[in-house]
Amino acid sequence: MAIMTIRDAINETIREAMRRDKDVIMLGEDIAGGAGTAGGQEAIGGIWGTSVGLVGEFGPERVIDTPISESAIIGAAAGAALAGKRPIAELMFSDFIGVCGDQLINQIAKFRYMFGGNTRCPVVVRLIYGAGMNSGAQHSQAFYNLLTAIPGLKVALPTTPADAKGLMNEALMGDDPVMFFEHKALFGKKGEVPEGLHRVPFGHARMAREGGDVTIVAFGRMVSFAEKAADALAEQGIGCDVIDPRTTSPLDEEAILDSVEQTGRLVVVDESPPRCSMATDILALVSEKAFTSLDAPPQMVTAPHSPVPFSKELERAWVPSPDAITAAVRRTLDWG
Amino acid sequence: MQLSRDALLHAYRQMATIRQFEERLHEEIKTGQIPGFTHLYCGQEAAAVGVCEHLDNEDMIVSTHRGHGHCIAKGCDVTGMMKEIFGKRDGLCKGRGGSMHIADTTIGMLGANGIVGAGAPQAVGAAIAAKLDGNGKVAIAFSGDGACNQGTTFEAMNLAVVVGVPAIFVFENNHYSEHTGVGYAVGTSRDIASRAEAFGMKAWRANGCDFFDTYKVMGELLDYVRKEGKPAAIELDTERFYGHFEGDPQRYRAKGEVERLRETRDALKIYRDRVGEFGPVDMAELDAIDSETAAMIDAAVSEAQNAEPCDPAHVTEDVYVAY
Repeated sequence: MAIMTIRDAINETIREAMRRDKDVIMLGEDIAGGAGTAGGQEAIGGIWGTSVGLVGEFGPERVIDTPISESAIIGAAAGAALAGKRPIAELMFSDFIGVCGDQLINQIAKFRYMFGGNTRCPVVVRLIYGAGMNSGAQHSQAFYNLLTAIPGLKVALPTTPADAKGLMNEALMGDDPVMFFEHKALFGKKGEVPEGLHRVPFGHARMAREGGDVTIVAFGRMVSFAEKAADALAEQGIGCDVIDPRTTSPLDEEAILDSVEQTGRLVVVDESPPRCSMATDILALVSEKAFTSLDAPPQMVTAPHSPVPFSKELERAWVPSPDAITAAVRRTLDWG
Repeated sequence: MQLSRDALLHAYRQMATIRQFEERLHEEIKTGQIPGFTHLYCGQEAAAVGVCEHLDNEDMIVSTHRGHGHCIAKGCDVTGMMKEIFGKRDGLCKGRGGSMHIADTTIGMLGANGIVGAGAPQAVGAAIAAKLDGNGKVAIAFSGDGACNQGTTFEAMNLAVVVGVPAIFVFENNHYSEHTGVGYAVGTSRDIASRAEAFGMKAWRANGCDFFDTYKVMGELLDYVRKEGKPAAIELDTERFYGHFEGDPQRYRAKGEVERLRETRDALKIYRDRVGEFGPVDMAELDAIDSETAAMIDAAVSEAQNAEPCDPAHVTEDVYVAY
């Protein structure tokens, strides 16, 4: 196994897929980078570095720099998929789903169903998301909850290099549209990555920590924070199960319910404002299906109901923290 | 331009099928058996057929909310469509799509669309696929004068020029964006083709009520696109005989407007008037096609009326390929 960052794992996985399957193509803004400039078409390689070198190997016909036209990017990916390709479309920031919302929620999500099951639309949309880089209110949001609510879309949010590879391969080898959320603060995270065609099936959670006293379900970057909190609590003799669902659609309900049935205590950590979030979704799931197992009221650790602020002090206050997770775990233990 | 007898008769049959399909729907909707919104294509037959008679199953089109004509012109099964519009389980889309969402990708019909302007970028994507496959195929976005005001259409035209793909933007200007006049809503002095030209592509204009004119000009456009591999556009000046949707009281129409259009701008009449210029066709042959078409539509309606309804147990089928 090689040690690499999430950034490199995504780059390598896409590269291998494009070698393996000539129908895999990429579209996005600056993904080749520098097209039409003195610096040349490979000057950028994507602002996140995830597509470095791809245009050199596969050419501008398959690694397509687009104008700043998000509706056209997603729409063209949809049309190319209906015509037999497997496009990877990049939204440089997941906040831009507001620009191309129709193509995501009314078009690619619905083709298969409303056309009677006779079509496939295997588009992978890469959405770079998340707060923590002082990017302000329009470049920091974690919109996986919005797209999880849309039937017809699958939603993946890898938190380790191995899962980045495994989930990306699964997305590229499946036949459904996949919203692939990549947290901008996780690109540099290192870890072991299996060689070869490593696949992680959707709908199977990863147990990031096993502890048995309290269940923590965390999403995206919040998995790292939950692990940090769990490690600190373990030193104090409190064992936490930390569940990384890896995909929110489909969702591994069983892993969550099994854990809660054992612990009786639940904390959900979500980098979103609280209303209609993954946090409320998991609380609803547990309330409905594991009500009698609960020994304490489930706790949500979320961002507040406000846009993502800019300044360091404000953004730090906005993003859920390991301390807030620790406090929530203690509330479940201290209850009653 | 001369056309073979087969080509002439096929084009007429396609237009007659669209006309009778739509006229019959206009009647059937009154019976209350057809649920939902229906947007009829009557009056625009020469546009869809003048374009699609140049295509084969490998060429791709995306359509609009007024899509029945494009579906028929591209070769969708008429009985399957009728069943779909009646909302029956063995309709072309299993009763899950309805009038606005008919597709058959096996014949290059990538989908009608309930969102005005949504199809144009999808045609560019299909054209990207065609370019990569190197098979000489094209992808066509049918759009109306309403969709020509959507940002998606602008983005799609620009992207098509930037990436250099065989995407064709067919603008059917029927002079009404839903209920609003094109003279009001299209800022470029009612002219749509000039917008495409402004994006850097060649554009043509043709009479979209005259099959022969549309067919001829579209042929020139396709020669250019297939040879150059570049996008192009065509604006077809056409007419809508019915309202935006069935049930639209059409209070925006001038007095006697529809009667005048049916007299002077009827694609089927114009075809009969002009067909002699393009090949030897007897009017009796066209009459026979009308009769055969009427019988086919009768049978399709009857089959649709008697078809099995959808089964509620199937409500969550085909949301995903695998979930």
